[in-house]
Amino acid sequence: MQLSREQMLQAYRRMKIIREFEERLHIDIATGAIAGFTHLYCGQEAVAVGVCEHLDTDDKIVSTHRGHGHCLAKGCDVDGMMKEIWGSREGLCKGKGGSMHIADVDVGMLGANGIVGAGAPIAVGAALAAKLDGKGKVAITFSGDGACNQGTTFEAMNMAVVTKAPCIFVFENNHYSEHTGFEYAVGTQQDIASRAEAFGMKVWRADGTDFFAVHETMRELLDYVRAGNGPASVEFDTERFFGHFEGDPQRYRGEGELDRIRETRDCLKKFRQSVVSAKLLTDADLDTIDAEVLDQIEAAVVAARAAPRPTPEDVLADVYVAY
Amino acid sequence: MAKMMYRDAVRSTIFEAMERDERVVVLGEDVVGGMGTAGGPEAIGGIWSTSTGFYDAFGPDRVIDTPISESAIVGAAGGLALAGKKPIAELMFADFIGVSLDQIWNQIAKFRYMFGGKSTCPAIIRMAYGGGFNAAAQHSQSVHHFLTAMPGLKVVMPSTPEDVRGLLREALRGDDPVIFLEHKALYGVTGEVPDGDWTIPFGHARLTRAGQDLTLVATGLMVSRCEAAADALAKDGIGCDVIDLRTTSPMDEEAILDSVEVTGRLVVVDEAPQRCSLATDISALAAQKAFASLKAPIEMVCAPHSPVPFALELEQAYLPSAAKIEAAARKVLGYR
Ligand SMILES: Cc1ncc(C[n+]2csc(CCOP(=O)(O)OP(=O)(O)O)c2C)c(N)n1
Repeated sequence: MQLSREQMLQAYRRMKIIREFEERLHIDIATGAIAGFTHLYCGQEAVAVGVCEHLDTDDKIVSTHRGHGHCLAKGCDVDGMMKEIWGSREGLCKGKGGSMHIADVDVGMLGANGIVGAGAPIAVGAALAAKLDGKGKVAITFSGDGACNQGTTFEAMNMAVVTKAPCIFVFENNHYSEHTGFEYAVGTQQDIASRAEAFGMKVWRADGTDFFAVHETMRELLDYVRAGNGPASVEFDTERFFGHFEGDPQRYRGEGELDRIRETRDCLKKFRQSVVSAKLLTDADLDTIDAEVLDQIEAAVVAARAAPRPTPEDVLADVYVAY
Repeated sequence: MAKMMYRDAVRSTIFEAMERDERVVVLGEDVVGGMGTAGGPEAIGGIWSTSTGFYDAFGPDRVIDTPISESAIVGAAGGLALAGKKPIAELMFADFIGVSLDQIWNQIAKFRYMFGGKSTCPAIIRMAYGGGFNAAAQHSQSVHHFLTAMPGLKVVMPSTPEDVRGLLREALRGDDPVIFLEHKALYGVTGEVPDGDWTIPFGHARLTRAGQDLTLVATGLMVSRCEAAADALAKDGIGCDVIDLRTTSPMDEEAILDSVEVTGRLVVVDEAPQRCSLATDISALAAQKAFASLKAPIEMVCAPHSPVPFALELEQAYLPSAAKIEAAARKVLGYR
């Protein structure tokens, strides 16, 4: 399916926002300006954006500890996210959650998660709600190659099949769970998708560094799920450009691996190459977006730096609605 | 006597136990670190550096790098123990215990009792707990209170490298399941560790400061906060007993009661929220068994009844500090 010029520009902008948002975080964390545990999504942008471009705010997603990309792709406010990660009381979660727990239910983003594998059952619940509402909406859970080994993920897959929940299990295989290789930790060796197949789900597989492959795969998959066929799953082969967490020395990586994947498996570079060579967009179109995004991120950082800090009384706010 | 870091005390004590006893097995996520990667095994050596070199020394049958599967890790530790091994499982962050709660609570804690005392389950489950790193609500929690409430588990909270060594050795020699809680903020702390083959029996508190006026009781990281408060109070001529419980199950009731009988004043410090906590447990003990000695209401310095917040300012407000402990102490001292 051909995407319109506007759709392509928007997809590129969203991917670029994720990239620049995180490249900037990488610096501000390294200099100590930002505290806490942060896991960067850079390299995987095509997955988040290729999936979420098909969704509206009534479709739900559930994310992981590596959640910035999913949040931004789903439409979470850039300034609000930056402020949250800086710990401001104007952050999306009032500085309570930080990088690992960003959520905005108003845009259908039901939370990043500090607990690996915790998202899948929540997505099944959201999918069952969508089924009840009967409007053809779906819920999507993102999981890594590490999270696919968690019992919660298995239980969620089986329950989704049994209940015909319109739930989509998106597996982002970036080949690592923390510092352990996918080939070691995933018993099915070269594949996660076959597990979903074993639970009775229809499964797709695609190159997660190719935006167009992700987008097209999701279009097919979503048609299938929205038609009431129950859950489905997809495995995207992708890369993470930074360490497991910011500060990870990455001694488990191969010689030259990071340079190589930045060179040959960068979804933004690939996007640019394919649209420019096909004469769908020009370098100048994309350069303009690059410049605008850089300004937007700079402005978000300036705003986050200046934003008011929480006060001790805020600790007890929002534990209960009423107590 | 050697100077040693808390994390190295963990590592070297386990390493020595593995050399001495081939039943000792280590398992957990990334305990080898780098399995299945170009960097290879030992590229990381455990996320807390508490199992560096184990794989090279003891191989894959005794140093088992696991998938991210806490239920399976804890349950497998239980199975290994029932089958005659001495497993030491690492859960990374104490918060992840939620995933494996059934295996801890309904399984390994209850085997011996349910089986009529005919079997033992000497599984050690290690985990890093506590706040102070802006790691937010799912990576900063203290879990000792609810684990202490589970019959069948022993719960250990070392606050010094010396205690790590003595208590971990004791755990390895015992035949009960042990929860071994290491505070994240203590891994880098250095202290003297005596040579030789000694252990610290469970249920024996350590008096780290002695005084006649007030009793402070704490565990883990909170011990040094109590010491700082006690040192500040000493400048005003106020003497505190600081009691480091070291284990919360069993708990050294005698040490607490003996001290309160002399001082008549008690402040309990706990990193967890106060409701249904170790602090309320100790307070009830003193109220029940040392009532006649009490000269003032008991104070508790605990976390508020909320999840652990993210932002710097919020987490500071959340955690008990030396200043809050000192203020509570002055309140108790000023009571009439
Ligand atoms: C229940 C639980 N166990 C362990 C962890 C520690 N941890 C955080 S991320 C992670 C690896 C996750 O790997 P994967 O699912 O492949 O996602 P990726 O990091 O590659 O995005 C681990 C082990 C956790 N946060 N929660």
